[in-house]
Amino acid sequence: MLAMIEANLPALQVVLPMLAAPICAMLGRGARAWALTMVAVLLAFAVAVSLFVATLDGTIISYRMGNWAPPIGIEYRVDILNAFVLLVISGIALFVLPYARASVAHEISEERQPLFYSAFLLCLTGLLGVTITGDAFNIFVFLEISSLSTYALIATGAERNKRALTAAYNYLIMGTVGATFFVIGIGMLYMITGTLNLADLAQRIAEHGDSRTLRMGFVFILIGVGLKLAMFPLHLWLPNAYSFAPSAVTAFIAATATKVAIYVLLRFMFTVFGFDYDFQAATLRHVVLPLAIVAMFAASIVAVFQDDLKRMLAYSSIAQVGYMLLGLTFLSHTGLMASVIHLFNHAVTKGALFMVAGCYIFAAGTSSISSLRGIGRDMPWTTAAFVVAGLSLIGLPLTVGFVSKWYLVLAALELNWWPVALLIMASSLLAIIYIWRVVETAYLQPAPEGVVRKEAPLWMLLPTWGLAALSVFFGTYAALTTAAASRAASALISASNMLWQ
Amino acid sequence: MTDSTILLLAIFIPAGVTFLIAALGSRPNLRDGASVLAAIATFIAVLTLLGPVMEGARPEVALFEVMPGLLLAFSIEPLGMLFAVVASGLWIVTAVYSIGYMRGAGEKKQTRFYICFAIAISGALGIAFSANLFTLFIFYEILTISTYPLVAHKETPEARKGARTYLAILMTTSIAFLLVGIVWVWNIAGTLDFRAGGILDGKLDPSFAPFLLALFAFGIGKAALMPFHRWLPAAMVAPTPVSALLHAVAVVKAGVFTMLKVGTYIFGVGFLSKTGASDWLIWLAAASILIASIVALTKDDLKARLAYSTVSQLSYITLGMALANQMGVIGGSMHIATHAVGKITLFMCAGAIYVAAHKTKISELDGLGRKMPITFIAFTIAALSIIGLPPMGGAWSKWYLMLASADAGQIAIIGVLMLSSLLNVAYLLPIPARAFFAAPSARPAHSLGAAAAPGDQIEEAPLFCLVPICITAVGCIVLFFAIGGLYEFLLHIPILPETTP
Repeated sequence: MLAMIEANLPALQVVLPMLAAPICAMLGRGARAWALTMVAVLLAFAVAVSLFVATLDGTIISYRMGNWAPPIGIEYRVDILNAFVLLVISGIALFVLPYARASVAHEISEERQPLFYSAFLLCLTGLLGVTITGDAFNIFVFLEISSLSTYALIATGAERNKRALTAAYNYLIMGTVGATFFVIGIGMLYMITGTLNLADLAQRIAEHGDSRTLRMGFVFILIGVGLKLAMFPLHLWLPNAYSFAPSAVTAFIAATATKVAIYVLLRFMFTVFGFDYDFQAATLRHVVLPLAIVAMFAASIVAVFQDDLKRMLAYSSIAQVGYMLLGLTFLSHTGLMASVIHLFNHAVTKGALFMVAGCYIFAAGTSSISSLRGIGRDMPWTTAAFVVAGLSLIGLPLTVGFVSKWYLVLAALELNWWPVALLIMASSLLAIIYIWRVVETAYLQPAPEGVVRKEAPLWMLLPTWGLAALSVFFGTYAALTTAAASRAASALISASNMLWQ
Repeated sequence: MTDSTILLLAIFIPAGVTFLIAALGSRPNLRDGASVLAAIATFIAVLTLLGPVMEGARPEVALFEVMPGLLLAFSIEPLGMLFAVVASGLWIVTAVYSIGYMRGAGEKKQTRFYICFAIAISGALGIAFSANLFTLFIFYEILTISTYPLVAHKETPEARKGARTYLAILMTTSIAFLLVGIVWVWNIAGTLDFRAGGILDGKLDPSFAPFLLALFAFGIGKAALMPFHRWLPAAMVAPTPVSALLHAVAVVKAGVFTMLKVGTYIFGVGFLSKTGASDWLIWLAAASILIASIVALTKDDLKARLAYSTVSQLSYITLGMALANQMGVIGGSMHIATHAVGKITLFMCAGAIYVAAHKTKISELDGLGRKMPITFIAFTIAALSIIGLPPMGGAWSKWYLMLASADAGQIAIIGVLMLSSLLNVAYLLPIPARAFFAAPSARPAHSLGAAAAPGDQIEEAPLFCLVPICITAVGCIVLFFAIGGLYEFLLHIPILPETTP
């Protein structure tokens, strides 16, 4: 029995939440649906942990779906990189769900809750599927599963603010455009190679060499994934989607959805196309690098002027995606490592921050910064969590944000890219402004008259503090995450044929 | 107990006592007692270490690895020992003084005040004992964050504005310059340890050395080198004990201490003088000395004048490092001690005047000397020490700095130092002169309005304020006669690389 489970772990990773989803929809009551979701997420997390442990030493697990041999059948391929991402996704889900119970009960009516949890599970399925699969078309399918369920999840925010509907619709259009670009790109690769298996694709593309079709395929995939990961200037869907979605959804997708898109980008750039692809290197350096830097500044500056906390954090996310993209444009081991580690670090930090915003909405009914005056006295624990996670976003030592900045700057200095190193730091100064604006309002401004605000319930506080504590823990013992990120970067590099600089 | 245990104790007593202070929040007498006892305990711990360090022991302890190769580690050498003794010794005096001041001035939220104060001391000791730049940077930022609530203590709009300037400048410089400098050193030297004779010789292209030094000189914002000095006057909105201990001793001295440490143990004095990398810094420090003194002349607010005086005096220490010879390092380190004792006295006098007479402007002090003779006598003694006249301690540090200038062949700098002494006379001595010799104005203007006592009922400040002032004033004189031992001790600061590693 155990051996059978162990042999089928990669399939279980996706199948468990997928099977739980329809059952959830049939349960009819919020509490029961939540309990089932919790069980599914716990199992998914357990599977992710065992996959991570199994791949930590560099083993690559190849799993044949339905026992069909690749490249005909669908292959699930787990190496250290996607095991790491799987762990992040299911781990964040594990933190978000306990939080979601109270938050969702507050924001969504009882009869819709089972559907909400079932959409949540589908979203999780999609994200895990994208990460685990080794098949290009399968990535597209799972990407759509996660996106469609995300549209639905965002739209459930309409009970609090009707603008959630337009936000979801907007995301639907943009997301579909992105998915279409992505699938056209894959079509072009299929035209050249006749295969959809990623490993197989990589090999045949290397044999095939450069061609116009390949370039077109590359560009289509870059733009398609760029839309999904909110690469500047393809980020327009993100601020509204994050601001108007229910709090628990924002915390979950902000911490996972863009990260998974980053993973897809890394996989295609470095496993499929390979490092030695000049056209790709040139595109990354001349297009993506400037865009990443512009995103770091433009989005941060916009964030400074937002009044809504969730919106501010959403713009900050766009800036942070800039850091991750920047890391991969260095085309070096340290740079990739910075990207991978920031993927984790940002998930933890931003998850905590959005959870704090959710706590404010729960207790004060609003996340507008100007109405948070003096809230530090009414909700000391929530606000303290904001300070801790905020310091991590700024990148102070002993927080995860510092680890990311350290490796990013190190990667820039290794290449002697001085201006880039200084720009990275300069943009993180903007984070000080927008984070500290909130801290100052919360602690140093007098509370408005006649407002009663109580501390958020324990089950919302615990996950919030859990993530905030993780952002300190992994900032203090960064050896764990850096080791995983370093191996993941090595795995990406060794998979490609690039002559290393 | 081994020396390393005592070392950790010294750092963690102030941090640990915060819990006790928080628990005793509702019983002010016990709480303040705990804070004084912690100060005494910390000082004893530091003094216990002094003996072994004087005999040549170098206690060290490595806690854990934060990132690969980057350790949180402590190690004591003479320079750090000096800073630790000064900071922890003056903490006792200030802890006693705070009791008188905070109660006398009727400040609110005293528990928060004492908690942040203790954390700040912990940060300062962490800086003093850090074994590498990385550890130093962590505690440097802890010191910044923990002092922010102290600066913003009054929660008035001015306090918020001052605290914002404070945080903005200190964080901006430390993240944008200092951190980049640290990563640069790590990148080229592969280590961040403080080693005798520096770690950069032969690794850093001498033509880049001035730029790296600039990143450090401006990045260490706490050293208040112009043009990044604005935070120090801004921090004067804080209650006076904060200005006294933190903004005359712990925070600013942490800045110049870092400067000396980087000059001696990262660049190495030999490397700096060989390459002339610090020549520009000599002139910038000289300019900073003179300009700040001139600005001080124009300030009527007593604390603002003292703040600019501090800016000017701090540049003496930066100058000592930039001169890049042994006398410079000795003069600079000596100035850490002599200026600390002198300036803390001046600030405590300013606080005593505020508590007793509610006056903050120099123009209001006419005739006050006859009512508060002890305060103003102490003020005069400390002022003479800052000016550098025998028999006050300040005379010696200026003497050694002049020797250093002569050694470095910078005759013009001797002129600058003399001119600066004259400026010191011009902005410090009029204050006691007015207080003692000018006739009291008929209707004293109160900066705090009607709440102040009528002019003829002013008495000396409470005993809790007065005793610390007398102790530090006597300290100024004692330092003059005890300087031999200090000089001998500072000679142990290693200037040359160790011959056998």
